[in-house]
Amino acid sequence: MADLLNAFAIAGKAFFGFQAIFFALLAIGINVHFGYTGLLNFGQIAFAMLGGFGIAISVSLWGLPFWVGVIVGVLASVVLALLLGLPTLRLRADYLAIVTIATAEGLRLVFRSVSATPVTGGTRGLSAFNRDFIALAPWDTGRRYDLIGTTWSGSELWVVTIGWILVALCSLLVWALMRSPWGRVVKAIREDEDAVRSLGKNVYAYKMQALVLGGVFGAFGGMVYAVGTGSAIPDQYQNANTFLAYAALILGGAARVLGPVIGSMLLLFILQFADTGLRSLIANGVIPAELLSSTDVAQLRYVLVGIGLMLLLVFRPQGIFGDRREVMLDAR
Amino acid sequence: MLALLIAAFGMAFATLVPGVASAAEAGEQVRGTLQTSLSGPIEGVTVEVATPDGETVDTVQTGEDGRWEVDLPAPGQYVVSVDPDDLPEGVELNGEPSRTVTVDAGRAQPVNIGLNDGSRNDGGGTVRAVQLFVDGLRFGLLIAMAAVGLSLIYGTTGLTNFAHGELVTIGAIAAWYINVQGGVPLIPAALLAMVVGGVVGALNELAIWRPLRRRGTGLIAALVVSIGLSLALRYSYQIFYGGFSNPYADYQGQRARSYGLFTLQDRDIASIVIAVVVLVLVALMLQRTKIGKAMRAVSDNRDLAASSGIDVNRVVLFVWVLGGALAALGGVLLGLSDQVQWDMGFRLLLLMFAGVTLGGLGTAYGALLGSLIVGVFVQMSTLVIPNDMKYVGGLLLLIVILVVRPQGILGSRARIG
Repeated sequence: MADLLNAFAIAGKAFFGFQAIFFALLAIGINVHFGYTGLLNFGQIAFAMLGGFGIAISVSLWGLPFWVGVIVGVLASVVLALLLGLPTLRLRADYLAIVTIATAEGLRLVFRSVSATPVTGGTRGLSAFNRDFIALAPWDTGRRYDLIGTTWSGSELWVVTIGWILVALCSLLVWALMRSPWGRVVKAIREDEDAVRSLGKNVYAYKMQALVLGGVFGAFGGMVYAVGTGSAIPDQYQNANTFLAYAALILGGAARVLGPVIGSMLLLFILQFADTGLRSLIANGVIPAELLSSTDVAQLRYVLVGIGLMLLLVFRPQGIFGDRREVMLDAR
Repeated sequence: MLALLIAAFGMAFATLVPGVASAAEAGEQVRGTLQTSLSGPIEGVTVEVATPDGETVDTVQTGEDGRWEVDLPAPGQYVVSVDPDDLPEGVELNGEPSRTVTVDAGRAQPVNIGLNDGSRNDGGGTVRAVQLFVDGLRFGLLIAMAAVGLSLIYGTTGLTNFAHGELVTIGAIAAWYINVQGGVPLIPAALLAMVVGGVVGALNELAIWRPLRRRGTGLIAALVVSIGLSLALRYSYQIFYGGFSNPYADYQGQRARSYGLFTLQDRDIASIVIAVVVLVLVALMLQRTKIGKAMRAVSDNRDLAASSGIDVNRVVLFVWVLGGALAALGGVLLGLSDQVQWDMGFRLLLLMFAGVTLGGLGTAYGALLGSLIVGVFVQMSTLVIPNDMKYVGGLLLLIVILVVRPQGILGSRARIG
């Protein structure tokens, strides 16, 4: 029972932790792409990687101030979005899917390659770039704080505070945009591209703008993650994270402003609860070690996410808050 | 996957196969394997292990398979040195003949000693290009075999199947269990793996995709479902099979034969021949047999095919079985040249997509042609870019194709929307 309570407390922390922010920002970006515009971006993690490494490279390598690093990260993700969109946005949806997933994997391979080591630190990555940011915290970052049964270090709390403010601002922006004429055009593109085109709108330009916007949100997510862990390592930005973010978005409800945020918090809570719970069950011998070792638990979470994603898509594609009519599931 | 092609590149290097450490060994050990791609495993080289102050622990000779191992009295630093005079003609040390390693308690520490058989430098220029071209053909044929199914499934059902790589992996893993754990020779094991692949393909269709089509699930939803399936399967493999890469029991450590301008191991030749024969058979089936014609008809126009009396569901099921079996065979061949890994299929998937898109989505011959080009391009690109980035070249090619000719070489304009 104590274990269960403990698992609950750890999972409760995951509910608010920087990883939930990371996935929330990724998912907000995907929401703009997939939920509102109907673009299948499966390379969201590449934007996050550029965001994280934008800060890491600028600060650790070039010695620039932290905020310049943030701008570099954003610019890099804008360039990536333009490069991805240029060839694929005129084509059918699944071409963008293939190209984005390929680019995300390719970029990670480049960043972790031996020849990129002088810039990206190769497989070991870069670290020690968040000092300026942590120093801004209004409280003592050296000590630990107890909040509602969970313990946080001062710097962690600072990252999380700024992170959630960022999530709130991004959500607000999405909310405002989707009420604007721009948002209506974008949603109309999702419903019927040809109809929008016949009204004289430049569909290609709107799609490109949506891709850039969502990509920048993804880059913010990567920055929060890099600052939260204190290091930027290429292998942190595995492709599977994109799909975790998709799962979070669909769980919360696509095409809803708060869908991705709630979805990410819930997803992280469920994953962390399952993780800690399974580990303690194994440690107590309830689950025999031959059946499942504690090292397998980390993989099991992806299996669960995969199955959960399938079941959600089949039985409740609108997630918790979504509207079935608004979730784009028909291919053209 | 990267390690796979290094050997085939004609670059000589010494690898080390850590082997399956038995749990009984509690003591410390240093071990390694001496081999190069040209010479194969090198036998009878004297390896001396000493403490840093020069006291010899043991002196051994490499065995028939090029392996050596020395048991150590305690953890700590040791100097491993190789006698350069024992190396066969043409093989030289890449660096110093000795290396200092630190061995942790209870660990069998692998030691890598770099060897050079001259094929890397002397071969240069056109010959290296030829070598890479041949390797690229082999790799391309392998991609093609796995990708034919992907393309046919897309053609007949419209599904972009992101879980196709997992069919490749299941073939490789099934063959590994049958071959290494079951002790069955690799060739029957590969046939059994094809059966497994076919059954898994059929299960895919019967348990997931047919019910989903009946429910009227959209293609994009189906695409995301296939991603969920891919995630679930891939990480299940990692749980059950483990995160390590393991070789098959047969056809390991072969010497590369020289064919004038290039060198190939016998197993590479065999895999080229198998791939060509299988692909020709598939082409003949598509052209000549009734089911093949039905497949092309469904690909062309599903409704028309159904109204002319073709049982579309039966054709689609057949496509899945065929695609699963071919992907499994591709997986076995990939596991032979590389090693068997839990995510090998997923990494191949991106190149399969590149090949299929290049050739034209939905066309069987396009998949073949495109995959060959991608395989050759990926290998030849190492002439200019570093080896660990060569996949990036293949992915860049994919993007360039989409800009220049989005329908692919053999595709029709109507498909791209």
